[in-house]
Amino acid sequence: MKVTLKIWRQPDAASKGAMHTYELDGVSSDMSFLEMLDVLNEDLIAKGEDPVAFDSDCREGICGMCGLMINGQAHGPEVTTTCQLHMRSFKDGDEIVIEPWRSDAFPVIKDLVVDRSAFDRIIQAGGYISVNTGSAPEAHSVPVPRDDAIRAFNVATCIGCGACVAACPNGSASLFMGAKITHLGELPQGQPERDTRVVGMVAQHDAEGFGGCTNIGECTAACPKEIPLDVISRLNWDLHAALRHGR
Amino acid sequence: MTDMPDTTLTGDPSHDAPADHGDDAAGYYTPGDPIRDTKAPEGPIDERWQTRKFEARLVNPANRRKLDIIIVGTGLAGASAAATLGEAGYNVKSFCYQDSPRRAHSIAAQGGINAAKNYKEDGDSAHRLFYDTVKGGDYRSRESNVYRLAEVSTNIIDQCVAQGVPFAREYGGLLDNRSFGGVQVSRTFYARGQTGQQLLIGAYQAMERQVAAGTVEQFTRHEMLELIVVDGKARGIIARDMVTGEIQTHLADVVVLASGGYGNVFFLSTNAMGSNVTAAWRAHRKGAYMANPCYTQIHPTCIPVTGSHQSKLTLMSESLRNDGRIWVPKKKSDCEKDPREIPEEDRDYYLERIYPSFGNLVPRDIASRAAKNVCDEGRGVGPEVDGVRRGVYLDFSSAIERLGRDGIEEKYDNLFDMYARITGENPYETPMRIYPAVHYVMGGLWVDYDLQSTIPGLFVTGEANFSDHGANRLGASALMQGLADGYFVLPHTIRDYLADGPFEKIQESHPAVVEARQAVEERVTHFLSTNGTRSVDSYHRELGNIMWEYCGMERTEDGLKKAIDLIRTLKDDFWRNVKVLGTADSLNQSLEKAGRVADFMELGELMCIDALNRRESCGGHFRGESQTEDGEALRHDDQFAYVAAWEFAGDGELPVLHKEDLVYTAIEMKQRSYK
Amino acid sequence: MRDARASRSTITLKLLMAASGLLFILFVLLHMYGNLKAFSGHDAYNEYAEHLRTLGEPMLPFEGFLWIQRTTLVVALVVHVYAAATLWRRARGARTQRYVMKKNLASSFSSRWMRWGGLTILLFLIWHLVQFSFGKVNVAGGETNDPYNLLVDTFETWWMTLIYLAAMFALGMHLHHGTWSAAQTLGLTNNVRARRNAKSLGWILAVVIAGGFSLVPICVLAGVITK
Ligand SMILES: Cc1cc2nc3c(=O)[nH]c(=O)nc-3n(C[C@H](O)[C@H](O)[C@H](O)COP(=O)(O)OP(=O)(O)OC[C@H]3O[C@@H](n4cnc5c(N)ncnc54)[C@H](O)[C@@H]3O)c2cc1C
Ligand code: HEM
Ligand code: HEM
Ligand code: SF4
Ligand code: F3S
Ligand code: FES
Repeated sequence: MKVTLKIWRQPDAASKGAMHTYELDGVSSDMSFLEMLDVLNEDLIAKGEDPVAFDSDCREGICGMCGLMINGQAHGPEVTTTCQLHMRSFKDGDEIVIEPWRSDAFPVIKDLVVDRSAFDRIIQAGGYISVNTGSAPEAHSVPVPRDDAIRAFNVATCIGCGACVAACPNGSASLFMGAKITHLGELPQGQPERDTRVVGMVAQHDAEGFGGCTNIGECTAACPKEIPLDVISRLNWDLHAALRHGR
Repeated sequence: MTDMPDTTLTGDPSHDAPADHGDDAAGYYTPGDPIRDTKAPEGPIDERWQTRKFEARLVNPANRRKLDIIIVGTGLAGASAAATLGEAGYNVKSFCYQDSPRRAHSIAAQGGINAAKNYKEDGDSAHRLFYDTVKGGDYRSRESNVYRLAEVSTNIIDQCVAQGVPFAREYGGLLDNRSFGGVQVSRTFYARGQTGQQLLIGAYQAMERQVAAGTVEQFTRHEMLELIVVDGKARGIIARDMVTGEIQTHLADVVVLASGGYGNVFFLSTNAMGSNVTAAWRAHRKGAYMANPCYTQIHPTCIPVTGSHQSKLTLMSESLRNDGRIWVPKKKSDCEKDPREIPEEDRDYYLERIYPSFGNLVPRDIASRAAKNVCDEGRGVGPEVDGVRRGVYLDFSSAIERLGRDGIEEKYDNLFDMYARITGENPYETPMRIYPAVHYVMGGLWVDYDLQSTIPGLFVTGEANFSDHGANRLGASALMQGLADGYFVLPHTIRDYLADGPFEKIQESHPAVVEARQAVEERVTHFLSTNGTRSVDSYHRELGNIMWEYCGMERTEDGLKKAIDLIRTLKDDFWRNVKVLGTADSLNQSLEKAGRVADFMELGELMCIDALNRRESCGGHFRGESQTEDGEALRHDDQFAYVAAWEFAGDGELPVLHKEDLVYTAIEMKQRSYK
Repeated sequence: MRDARASRSTITLKLLMAASGLLFILFVLLHMYGNLKAFSGHDAYNEYAEHLRTLGEPMLPFEGFLWIQRTTLVVALVVHVYAAATLWRRARGARTQRYVMKKNLASSFSSRWMRWGGLTILLFLIWHLVQFSFGKVNVAGGETNDPYNLLVDTFETWWMTLIYLAAMFALGMHLHHGTWSAAQTLGLTNNVRARRNAKSLGWILAVVIAGGFSLVPICVLAGVITK
């Protein structure tokens, strides 16, 4: 099939970008979306034009490296990552608009590649359990109710892709933060640092320039791992607790 | 996944064969001196690690702050080491090419992690895990390393649980575990189908905690392009900031490579797009020996290739083989039909037929080769790619009848969804199609018991080293090895080396540093100025085809020699005719790939030479010339019970082969059999 | 972040917003109930207005309750508007480069319109107070010292009714999302059911309050309520 691609091109962070239009023929419906872009890039290279830069690594929906705004939707029209989106979700003759995540906390590096290191800094601000190597007690010394373990796991599946930020009208990273707060907060091991964790992470989140959440709910709809909105409620709850405890 | 069935033949059948199997690789390499691991203490195998830990010298805490450690890689092996060494108070610099350490390829591991916890009281022990691993590796691994791995495996689980890794649990709140791919004890801990992800996030968080504490400095989107060796010791790296293009010099007292596996030499593999051999290969060129490069693990259950656009292959967890039945049509004429319309009597459940006792649960290499054989016979299914149907059915219909759809959903839902998303077919209704794909490399840089390479001060951990898996890796053991190395082994062994430090400071103007830097700059300039006609990807794809065809599931003398010629020609052409656009001072993905592919070419050639040299079949290495009458792998312990450690002798020179003899004191060598 | 304080976070702002919002909800519920007295006729309605002023006497001075209420509301309003403005500014700063194409999948129109809706309510409120509370403006030109008559005069003017209905629509929308949002902000929606309940409550409050308020103007215009 044949598609028309409108792609954001921006040579580097300092330059101004613009949308460019490319026609691509011979697209197979079995291709993944990124393989389609690979084909476009081979074409561009053959023509001596700079290929389109985009991020990807695992190409199986788990590393969180990929992520494009496709026709106004983060990761495109299916609930999955961009690398797991296939061209069978499109029709012959479709026009596809491709943009990078738009967030001032995720500045564009080149074309469709953005800098998501703000997420690492949020984790550094408390998204962990402090346990030095070798000091851990025997794993069976602390039982964890199965349902809690399952809930912790479900939200721990966040891949840090940033689609929640990209989709949120406020540019908030609350879903990402909430997922980590809930993951660690569900487990007995996570209790001692619960207050400092939420305070630190939220402060870093705000300092990075993400917007505040007004519970709009676009984030969860864009999340390829279907992290539910509960995690934001949980995040808020934990922050109030920290407030009460005078943190 | 292999276990030790009691059907094992005792004795060594290769004694009956002529003692000398010839040297197919004569003329392709120079014989060198034997090499030996001098670090493993003598004595009973279960005391060696304690002894070594005790004997390794200590570094006093005040000195640690003055010691700089570079760690390349943030997968399980690298992140766990960075966290632990950071906690100990060293100055750690951590590098990865992704935009965050959390995205290292370990994240993709699905199945689980082994540990000899014996929570099920089913007779597991460190010794049994050791035994299974050596045997699974077809007696081509070093026993003291493997024993240590089994020994520390239990600490890993404790550590991860304390970090908040949400492993699967039973109703009572205790950890669940399962038997993985046919092993007869339950020792695989898992977090649904995302074990690697959860373990890596645990290690990543521990590492980020150290970043906040100021002991670890992280360099993301930085690619190591050269090793700096000063006076014979590893003293730093040259890295390229992939965003600005800046070529940076990072100096340190010690360098750790945890840069993962090189399966992408095959172009198509289950590895991430960016997985590469560059870090290891650059070290190899600077004097680190490369061990057993030909040992490749081919995973039988991957989603088949659909066309020439394919960029990578996706693994379906091996656990699927617990309930799915593998078959192809008996008649070639049925291959195009809807599988549901092929009656039972026209189906060939070939694994169950050939290996009645293990059936669909035979080890990975056997399952893979069997699939290749039936497809080569023309009985493969699915779309034709280049004239051959490469796929076999993995059928869940009887399991769905037995366990109900809900039962299957509970066990495999995310895998089934993934399959449906990729193929557009519903595996609850039609059988899945699978085909083998390159998955893991057992080969890697040679290291001693301390995980130190042949370059003093260069340590290698995780998949990047060769150490623990012999010729074949058991399922769920790579994660175990990565974390064992990073949390529990390296931090102890590295201190023995660092006890002599801090080493004399070196200046960026030191000739060895300048030389390393210039080499990198020249390569970059070369790629950008060649202005040829072919894209980097097209070379990589062609290299991959050669490797898969001749150095894949089955290797023969003729094929390998042909492959070497083809690779040499391709390499020449690549250096003259590659087309890399863009500039050096910005994000340039073609440039990054060009450097990686250049190294893959050299590695590919060495892999073929190694495979040529090893005229025996063992684990993931199957030589057509060395099989039993019924097509089973045949080892030759009398001639090949060694680790092949290759030394780089210079461009255009033949590699030098150093052999490390494998001696087993705690285990007896047996020929395996899964009939 | 070592010097991080919970009180300085965007979530604390939201918390204040939810608290003030809940006060507003309480107030409008009462106010709406009071307005419905218009159906009981001239005397009953004026008595109620008078009653509000003498409520709590002699413990409280004349209009004491009203002044307490007014102070609380003013403080709440300042907080609410301040928080809203701050969040708005942050959100604008968080995405200065807009998307060429952006679809909304899951969000309600009311959630995306909170800020404009809030602004509408604010403008309405100013006018409303000028008209009924401290300003006393009779658009029909009649007397202003009789609350019941002022009310009827106002809504017999068709465009006044229209303005009020528009404002009530904005209020309904604000409440529809605001109720659920406040529950989420307070951390009360930790599972699917709680989330569903909070959303239903949003609908109910929106319909009851906006609907309840609208009855009086409509009925006046329709001639059901007369002087
Ligand atoms: C799909 C899949 C499923 C698997 N499932 C299992 C399983 O269930 N159980 C199991 O035990 N094993 C499994 N394995 C194997 C296991 O995941 C890997 O062997 C293991 O994770 C490797 O870890 P590592 O830390 O050595 O390297 P990796 O996780 O690969 O990390 C490599 C790191 O090195 C960095 N790097 C590489 N080159 C450079 C460079 N030049 N410059 C800078 N940085 C560099 C990368 O950025 C990355 O951070 C699986 C593998 C795959 C592919
Ligand atoms: C006076 C002008 C007003 C403005 C400018 C305004 C603005 C806003 C804004 C921008 C929000 C944020 C959206 C969100 O957080 O979801 C909000 C929330 C809210 N508003 Fe208002 N509003 C006003 C008046 C009112 C009134 C009169 C009420 C009640 C009747 C009210 C009730 C609420 C509630 C309950 C919330 C939800 C709080 C939360 O999300 O936690 N607001 N308002
Ligand atoms: C159709 C709808 C409404 C009608 C008919 C109405 C009518 C009135 C009347 C008659 C008064 C004067 C009461 C008195 O001074 O005794 C009043 C006061 C007031 N109304 Fe309304 N109102 C309506 C809607 C609203 C809404 C939606 C709000 C808030 C968002 C609101 C907020 C107020 C306030 C704050 C006062 C002042 C109270 C005081 O003086 O202390 N009204 N309203
Ligand atoms: S919460 Fe979802 S959308 Fe946000 S980073 Fe995690 S996986 Fe991506
Ligand atoms: S879309 Fe944004 S406003 Fe909150 S609920 Fe999600 S972060
Ligand atoms: S490339 Fe890893 S999630 Fe898409």
